[in-house]
Amino acid sequence: MQVTEIKPVILDIIGDIAPDEDLSDVKPDVRLRDQLDLDSMDFLDIVMELRKRYGVEVPEADYPQLATLDSCEAYLAPLLADK
Amino acid sequence: MIDPTQRIVITGIGLTAPNGNSLEEYRAALLAGKSGVSDYEIRYVGQTHAGVCDFDPLRYQKRKALRTGTRAGSIAIYCAQEAIKHAGIALDAIDTSRIGVYLGITEHGNVETENEVHDLAKFDNDVKYWSHHHNPRTVANNPAGEVTINMKISGPHYTIGAACAAGNAGLIQGLQMLRLGEVDVALAGGISEAIHTFGIFASFKAQGALAEHADPAKASRPFDKGRNGIVVSEGGAVYVLETLARAQARGAQILGEIVGYHINSDATDAVLPNPERQQQCMRAALAKAKLEPGDLDIVNTHATSTPRGDVQECAGLRELLGDTQGVYVNNTKSYIGHAMGAAGALELAGNLPSFQDGVVHPTINVDDLDPECALDQLVLNEPREVGTVDVILNNSFGMLGINSVVVVRRFVG
Repeated sequence: MQVTEIKPVILDIIGDIAPDEDLSDVKPDVRLRDQLDLDSMDFLDIVMELRKRYGVEVPEADYPQLATLDSCEAYLAPLLADK
Repeated sequence: MIDPTQRIVITGIGLTAPNGNSLEEYRAALLAGKSGVSDYEIRYVGQTHAGVCDFDPLRYQKRKALRTGTRAGSIAIYCAQEAIKHAGIALDAIDTSRIGVYLGITEHGNVETENEVHDLAKFDNDVKYWSHHHNPRTVANNPAGEVTINMKISGPHYTIGAACAAGNAGLIQGLQMLRLGEVDVALAGGISEAIHTFGIFASFKAQGALAEHADPAKASRPFDKGRNGIVVSEGGAVYVLETLARAQARGAQILGEIVGYHINSDATDAVLPNPERQQQCMRAALAKAKLEPGDLDIVNTHATSTPRGDVQECAGLRELLGDTQGVYVNNTKSYIGHAMGAAGALELAGNLPSFQDGVVHPTINVDDLDPECALDQLVLNEPREVGTVDVILNNSFGMLGINSVVVVRRFVG
């Protein structure tokens, strides 16, 4: 997967998890929880979807790396490089 | 009983049934003979029949709540919201810590567990793919808890597991909590998401008790010679219960007063009903109401369209009613199938409008009356105008031998 594909992938997952949210203007450098109605169970859903769709494991200690779209991209780029 | 703080009245009803999403729609369907049973397919079982509800869950819930919650929760939320609206209560104007939510359920968690096991198989049954939503979805209080979260009600909530006697059991629990002064308003009744578990269909099929008919609308046919089993349905009915004192103080509509109730146990068999115990339950409910069988106007039967169960209930009723005149016996499952935990509450709701319109809805689909079910008082196939209806007795019985009876009287101010 190319690095440029990662943010759309995350937004696609969030679209399924939080279907009431408007994702047309998500700011990449702002915490997702500060701009969308996402709770801790939703973050577990994001982690689960990464596991189901791409076989990516995100250890609990790394959950803060998924705080923003930018940090998602940086953290997941090496993990998704060969997916 | 004259103490108005101990008299419990019904001031609102919210419901979804396979043939109506409000009391008005549902009553109109019952008087028009309109069935809510359709053909239905579910995994592993294949083609069968079911009573399916078509209320709009997005009226009161967001899509995310639908994704993470349960169908039982959605049914409960729809019914509870509709009930509060019907009662004319503005939640933001009252202390919601004084509202209790008491919902009868036949079972809970089967639907969610079956779905999650099915999904896990796609991942080689590796439990790291098991949903973290499993526990909040399957705890037994889930449907009532979802109501409190959705409506910001901070009073007590729980479900009452009472098999198919649960709808009445929910009402009884609400009544008791009001009489104890634990709450000011009870949201009470019963709900069912049963059609989304294959297990309930497969189990009734294995028992030889799952209905089959070329025309789904004719599949549920209590008292007919050709009946061959149960039609499983989903649905719910939630009542707003208050003390008479509170209802009158706020000028509420009063749809009826719960004057008698009883729950007992057969203590005989897990599946087969016991007409003697059913009759004892009815008599005990009447005794609490200080009424005699001759005071009844309508008796709603629990009859589920099984060959054995219908005969057993009729035997108990024959003993109770004898040749009493002026009482009419009907059945709602002939229209909507068996709504399990919702059955008792939905069936009572179908009869309550008789207090206003003086009409008794019939039991439909009786083409060839079984002589063993031929009670003199049965209202068959066509509604009957009877004039004044003052007292309704509502039967609901369930597996493991649980019987519940509620007696409701027309309120005269």
